[in-house]
Amino acid sequence: MCLGIPVKIVEINTDEQSAICEYKGVRKKIDLRFVPDVKLNDYVILHAGFAIQKVNQESAEQIYELLDKFEEFKES
Amino acid sequence: MNSLINLKNLKRAEIISDIKKTAEDFQSLNFMEVCGTHTMQIYRAGIPSILPSNINLLSGPGCPVCVTPEEFIDKAIAYLKEGYEILTFGDLYRVPGTYGSLEKECSGKVKIIYSPSESLEYALNNPDKKFILLAVGFETTAPLFAAVVIDAKKKGIKNLFLLCALKLIPPVMRYLLETGELKIDGFLLPGHVATIIGSEEFRKVCDDYKKPGVVSGFEPEDILQSIFILLMLLKHKSRFLETQYRMAVKREGNVLARREMEKVFQKTKAKWRGIGEIENSGLTLKEEFIEYDISYIHPLKIESQVFNPRCRCGEVLRGIISPVDCPLFDNGCSPQTPQGPCMVSSEGACAAIYKYGR
Repeated sequence: MCLGIPVKIVEINTDEQSAICEYKGVRKKIDLRFVPDVKLNDYVILHAGFAIQKVNQESAEQIYELLDKFEEFKES
Repeated sequence: MNSLINLKNLKRAEIISDIKKTAEDFQSLNFMEVCGTHTMQIYRAGIPSILPSNINLLSGPGCPVCVTPEEFIDKAIAYLKEGYEILTFGDLYRVPGTYGSLEKECSGKVKIIYSPSESLEYALNNPDKKFILLAVGFETTAPLFAAVVIDAKKKGIKNLFLLCALKLIPPVMRYLLETGELKIDGFLLPGHVATIIGSEEFRKVCDDYKKPGVVSGFEPEDILQSIFILLMLLKHKSRFLETQYRMAVKREGNVLARREMEKVFQKTKAKWRGIGEIENSGLTLKEEFIEYDISYIHPLKIESQVFNPRCRCGEVLRGIISPVDCPLFDNGCSPQTPQGPCMVSSEGACAAIYKYGR
């Protein structure tokens, strides 16, 4: 239930403290109140509709790579 | 010890080899994870089968749905019968209470939500209906429910209430260590709980009991690295907490989220399914927001019992037995016919082992 994935911020709506994030081509609205200093193209951890922490791009990409490698890992 | 921090670049085979080498210095070790996402990933990736035989991974009370007591489900069903509509995360939908689950009782009156903030739209768009949001989760999710309550008050929403069973991880760790029912040599700690409360909160527990803990990320490599770090902490005995999931975890956590949580909720005694009551291990709404607490606005007396007395989820949640030691496992209890919460939730230890094997 505490699942969180790194997503990229692709649109910001400052009035509502919300943004649109993207993960593997899927776009979702995300609440930014807990991570207000987010800018366009930043990466955040998304948990049930809310950003809970900012992460750097390198870490996020590393996670994506690990997720992609997962099947390979399972089979080895 | 600083070299431990830069493990990201180590390849999996090297980590496994390092784990094997370091584990030779020890007799049998029990490492407990207190995070349902870790449980799922550990079995999904087959991690137990690649670890040396003297490292035993135990699943603790880290799945919020699994530790939610029968009476919570019974209450939710009772409120349905009083005319309320229920908003909940999907995982809770099939968990059996005393007589059955929300799935069996409800038809159409229970809405599955992805984010707690959807509850505000339900309430605003349906002013003639009354909604109860089932607030289940740990510290990662509690600030989200706090945000909903704050927004509901700001918007003057009067038809949305919380049925609250939010729980806290450090108190249940202390409980497990105090009872001494089980030899625990180290903890794999939940990265996203620590993202909110900060590594410092876990350091206090680990230092108080001189018990190593590693705040871990969620990919198989992260978990393997964390196991290796646990071994190093045990070997060096110079400190008790390390953070592997550094990309998201700060010492102080997410201060804004903690503030929101502390504004809305206060600590209370909470009942954990299969474990019992633990002081200050749950959250309840503060006086200032009491009008959103359904237990206060519309109290109901419920007589609850264990759904299936042969179900041993309680012992599974305390790490006393492995799911396969339960007489019901794959013998009347499966993800299709769950007899207890650990088989319902995709993050439950029984469901994880049923699906992926040991």
